[in-house]
Formats: sequence, C-alpha cells, structure tokens
Amino acid sequence: MAVIDTHNAREIAPEEPSYYGIMAEFDDIPAIFEAAQKCRDHGFTKWDVYAPVPIHGIDEAMGMKGSKVAFCMGAGALTGLTIAFLMQWWFSAGSKLPGLLDVFSGYEIITHGKPFFAWEQAVPIMFELTVLLSAFATIGGMLALNGLPRWYHPLFKKDRFLRVSDDRLVIAIEAKDPKFDQSETKAFLESVGGNHIELVEE
Amino acid sequence: MSAIQPDQATAAGLAGARRPVRRDPQTIDGTIVGDPSRRPELVLGDRDFHSVTNTICGWIEQKTPPWWIATFAVANALAAMATAAIIYLIITGVGVWGLNNPMSWGWAIVNFVWWVGIGHAGTLISAILCLFKQKWRVSINRFAEAMTIFAVICAGTFPGIHVGRVWMAWMLFPIPNSNLIWPNFRSPLLWDVFAVSTYFTVSLLFWYMGMIPDLATLRDRCMARIKQPVTIGPMWAPHPLPGFVKKATTVTLPLNRIGALVYGVLAMGWRMSSRHWVNYEKAYILLAGVATPLVLSVHTIVSFDFAVSILPGWHTTIFPPYFVAGAVFSGFAMVLTLLIPFRALYPGLRDFVTARTIENMCKIITLTGSMVGFAYISEFFIAWYGGNPFEQGAFVQRAFGQYWWAYWIMMLCNVISPQLFWIKWCRTNLVFIFFISIVVNIGMWFERFVITASLTYDFLPANWAYYSPTVIDIATYVGSLGIFMTLFLLFARFLPMLPISEVKNVMHQAHEHLHPHDDDEDKHMSSLKEGY
Repeated sequence: MAVIDTHNAREIAPEEPSYYGIMAEFDDIPAIFEAAQKCRDHGFTKWDVYAPVPIHGIDEAMGMKGSKVAFCMGAGALTGLTIAFLMQWWFSAGSKLPGLLDVFSGYEIITHGKPFFAWEQAVPIMFELTVLLSAFATIGGMLALNGLPRWYHPLFKKDRFLRVSDDRLVIAIEAKDPKFDQSETKAFLESVGGNHIELVEE
Repeated sequence: MSAIQPDQATAAGLAGARRPVRRDPQTIDGTIVGDPSRRPELVLGDRDFHSVTNTICGWIEQKTPPWWIATFAVANALAAMATAAIIYLIITGVGVWGLNNPMSWGWAIVNFVWWVGIGHAGTLISAILCLFKQKWRVSINRFAEAMTIFAVICAGTFPGIHVGRVWMAWMLFPIPNSNLIWPNFRSPLLWDVFAVSTYFTVSLLFWYMGMIPDLATLRDRCMARIKQPVTIGPMWAPHPLPGFVKKATTVTLPLNRIGALVYGVLAMGWRMSSRHWVNYEKAYILLAGVATPLVLSVHTIVSFDFAVSILPGWHTTIFPPYFVAGAVFSGFAMVLTLLIPFRALYPGLRDFVTARTIENMCKIITLTGSMVGFAYISEFFIAWYGGNPFEQGAFVQRAFGQYWWAYWIMMLCNVISPQLFWIKWCRTNLVFIFFISIVVNIGMWFERFVITASLTYDFLPANWAYYSPTVIDIATYVGSLGIFMTLFLLFARFLPMLPISEVKNVMHQAHEHLHPHDDDEDKHMSSLKEGY
C-alpha cells in the first residue's frame, strides 16, 4: 500500500514491518561456541553472542579484533601525569602568565626553606592522578567502545532474552548484516543447532 | 520495606541452599585437602548457573529478614551517635577531643589510618589476587570491595573533621579561590588527600564496573516479573503461598517497577553481549593492573604523614612496607569479621565461601601478620643499631613508658595471635577465626595508637604529657563503626553480595567447551591445566 505524504508531496515506500534480526537459543556453552565459529565462517559481520559469562576464546571464535580499551587507558594515564606535573609546578612556583586569570597564578609558600618546586616531591601526586585518570578512561572507554549506556535495545522486548543474564545462551543476527535473509538465516541458525528461533522486531 | 518479590524459583533456590551441610572433621565441607595436586571445587552443591543466580539474587528479593532490621536499627543508632558527636565538634571546636599540646593528633588520625588500612583487603582481593589468577577470590570479591569503599568513607570523615574549620575543608583541594592561595604540594598531608581520594574513586569505579553485569541480571529478573504478574495472597500470607489461602490475586508489584528502573539505570543497558564482554574483561584486567600499585601506594603515602616528619619513632624508612603489610593484615581480619556472621545468616553463602576460602584468608593473615611482627622487631633493632639517642629513647618509651600497655596489647594481638593459624584446627574453626579476626583488628588499632602516641614524648621532657580520649572521641569512633555497618547492611540488602557472572565463570560449566572430550577422571587434570 503506497502512501502519499501530502506535506512533502512525494511518494514514500510502503511500510514494511522492520526487524532487528533473528535470535536463536543454544543449549550449552560448547554448542554456542561451535555455532559462533560457524557464523564467523559463514561470513556474518553484524551479529553477536549473548551469554551470562564471558566465554573463554569467544573473541577468536567470533573473529573479533582485539580490544582497544588499553589505548583509552594509555591516553588517560598520560593526561593525568601531565596535568599533575604541570599543576604542581605552576601552582608552587609563583608563576604568572599575562592574560591568564589571576586565580590561576601560582603562590609561593615558604616552608622549612625548601625550594618551591622539585620533581621528587611531585611524584606522589603525579602517580595518583595518573591512576585516577587511567581508571576513568578505562571505564569510560570500555563503555564508549560498547556503545553504552544504551537503555533501550530491541532484544530487551523478548521474554526469552531476559533469561540470558541468568543462564541462557543466545545468538542474534542483525537484519543489517549484508548476508541476512530472513528465511535463509533462520534455516542457518537451525542448522547450527539453534532452537527457539524468533524474529526480533525493531 | 518488603522485598522486591520472591518468586517460586527464588524461594526454591534459597530453600535448596538450606540442605544439610556435610560435616567431615578432615575436609570440613570437602574443600580442605592436604594434597596440593588436588584443587577443590570453588562452587559447592552441584549448582548450575540458574541456581547461582537464584541464590544470589534471592538474598535481595526475599523479604527483609528480621535480623537485618534489628542490626540495621542498632547500626543506625550508632551512626546517629557519630553524627551527633561530629555536629557537637563542629559547633564547638576540636577542643572537645582529648587532644593536648604534644599529642595534637589523637584518635582522629588513629581511626583514619585504621579505617584506610581495613580498606586495603578489598583492593588486594579484587586486584592483586585477580592478577595472580587466584580464582577463590571471586566469592569474597564484591563483599570485600564494598567493605573497602565503606571503610574509606569512614576514614575520610576523620581528617575532614579534624581540620577544625570544616567549612574550609575544600581548601585541601587545588580549587581556584579569591585568596589566590594553592595547597602546599610539598606536604605529605596533601599527597594523602590525593592518595585517599584517588583510592576511593578508583575503588568505587572498580566496584561499580564489576557490578554492571549483575545489575543487569537483577534488572532482567524485575522485568520478567513485570511481564509475568505474580500471584500473591493477603499481606500476612507467607511465601510461597500455602494451599489454604483462597484470596490470591494476580498483580504486578510496584517494587518490581522500581527495581527494574533503578537496576536498569545502573546497569546502563548491559545486555551480556560477547562483543561487550571482550572489552569488559580487558578493562577489568587493566583496572586490576592500576589498582595494584595504587593499593600499595595509598598506605605508603599515609605512612609518609608520619615518616616524612623528623620525630623520633616516626622518621623511619620502614614505614611504607610496614604500613602496607599492616593494612592488608587488618583488612583481611575485617573481611573475616564480616564474612563469618554473614555466612551463618545467609546459608547459601556456604556454597561459595568454602572452608578453603576462609583457610586461604587465614594464611594471608599469618603471612602479613608475620611481616608486621618482623617490622616491629626491625624498628627496635634499627633504633638500637642506629645509635640515635632520641630514637632509642622513643622506643624505650614505647615499650616501657606510659603507654606500655598499648604496646604490649599490640604485640600480643598482631604478632602472637596470627601465628596460631599455623595449626589446622585454628584456621578451620569458624568461631576461633572470628575471635582472632577481632583480636587482630583491636591489635591494629593499637598499632596506630602506639605510633601516634610517640607525640607524647617529644624532644623536651618538659613537654611530655599523657593523652586520654574524651567521651566525644569514643562516641565518634564507635559511631563510625555504626556508619560502616549501616552502609554495609544496605549493600547486603540491595546489591548483589557476590559477583554473579564471575562466580559462574569459575564453574566447570563455563569451561566445558575447552575440553569437550573430558570424562570425569580427566576433568581434574584439565582443571589443573587451567590453573584453578
């Protein structure tokens, strides 16, 4: 049924029910592990294995590349180290920069006749800020790489999917995958041992 | 407040956990084995994933146990006492404490160091034991991390209120201000501000990140109950419903909606995706990697508060390692102090926190206790060998001066008591372990007191004085235990006490695909290869 969008005066495509993809359940971890290898070999790219535990070796079985979280952490660590060093040096040495707000000028505190700044005394805070910013960057990076927080997902609408966080194992292949074809993919999932195969609405 | 709602499966899971415990004097629950080539199981009771989820979530979903309400009331009363004492201190001044001129750092610093030290066990378990692949840690991991966070909250309170003008405490941090003054970055006290606040933040992040998958589990359980309305009887009816209750109605309990919302927001949409798990596991191990030097640095920097000064008895290079060992020592004792009653109150916990886990913790207490004892002796030796008369005087005062009793309580509790764990009976008898864990905590409190009391005999004998605490000092300290217990009980009630996904990950079901052809006899060898 073609619908005419009168406002924009153009024809838009007939409304098809849109699907997120197909999900299938597997009996145990060995089964889903083998199925994941077959999905990888079949050439799927937009698909995922859902399991209550991180399955050992699943990254290879799914043909994933290594995690980039370590780069996030490295960036966080360097930022923390730099900020801590510059902050301590700038604030202790009474430095002033024309044009910079007065509140950011340094203040020389005379204690025990010690020099106003030395790198040795700066080490503890440099270490602490390095750790602090690496931790934020690691967790922030992990969430960002995973596309989280994302409180809505089509799979959450499936009753059977709610048991994945308990003990069920699910493979979901997205409709966006170039190799996706509703009936073929369904047959494929059946052939690799999937059961309770369901279509997931967008 | 009633629980989110126990359903049949949860009730069954909780009830299943109450089966009779096998008692065997040799192996206790089958996990104390002398043969080092045999690795005992980490999760007992022939559990599958579903029963693990049911038990751990069931603790949150069950009706609030009466003991919880009673303990919570007591803990709250103590916390209120601390709050009252702190308010009195703020409106009156630090003079309400027993501080005097040489002893300007009384119980506040003692309590601060004691609490920070207690926190160390949590990070040690979650980070260092993680790097060493000690899989037995998973059952006590979350528990100990929570303890860390609450202990650091208690610790932070003391220096915060000791600054005198509490409303100026923000000046501890480098915040631009109208006086154009910055903190003194050369002071170990400022390093301490950074160390403790970093430690708290990183521990909180680590704890939270570990909890994300488990919060997702709780969210999904609440969602499942919203979708499938439950049958409940009248308010007085027990659960599960006995047959004679006729007036059962089918409703969606509003608490399920609240639970789904709160756990859902906190879980950030975690959906157990393997693509996510890969990043998650990497992040976890990286965080363990940075938390390991962090935990060692925190008490090192706390010890700099003392060691960088030039006071006899404080100015020693042994302080950093000795403080760190002492911190781990007291922290493990506190974990045991909490764990042993919780293990009795939550019977299902016995399947996860096995006798072996507790035995391992006792061994760590003996190890760190011996390090602490060795440090005490080294200090004395160096005082004598160094030939500094002030240092020698300080140590003679320590052992035989006005606080001799504190010194000998410390020696008895910290040096003698952990050595009892060399005897197998001592490290497998829960009542005895509980007793020793409290003794160790007392001993470690006295250690900090003995160190701080070095202030009472400074360079000029004319300045020497005796320090004793006031009622306000005592009320604040005892009350801080209340704050700690209040937070801990809330944690045990509303958050998963055990890391559900990590526990599942050490079960054999999670590793079957690695050795698909194992039969039962081979299983044992394969678990060895895996490094269980």
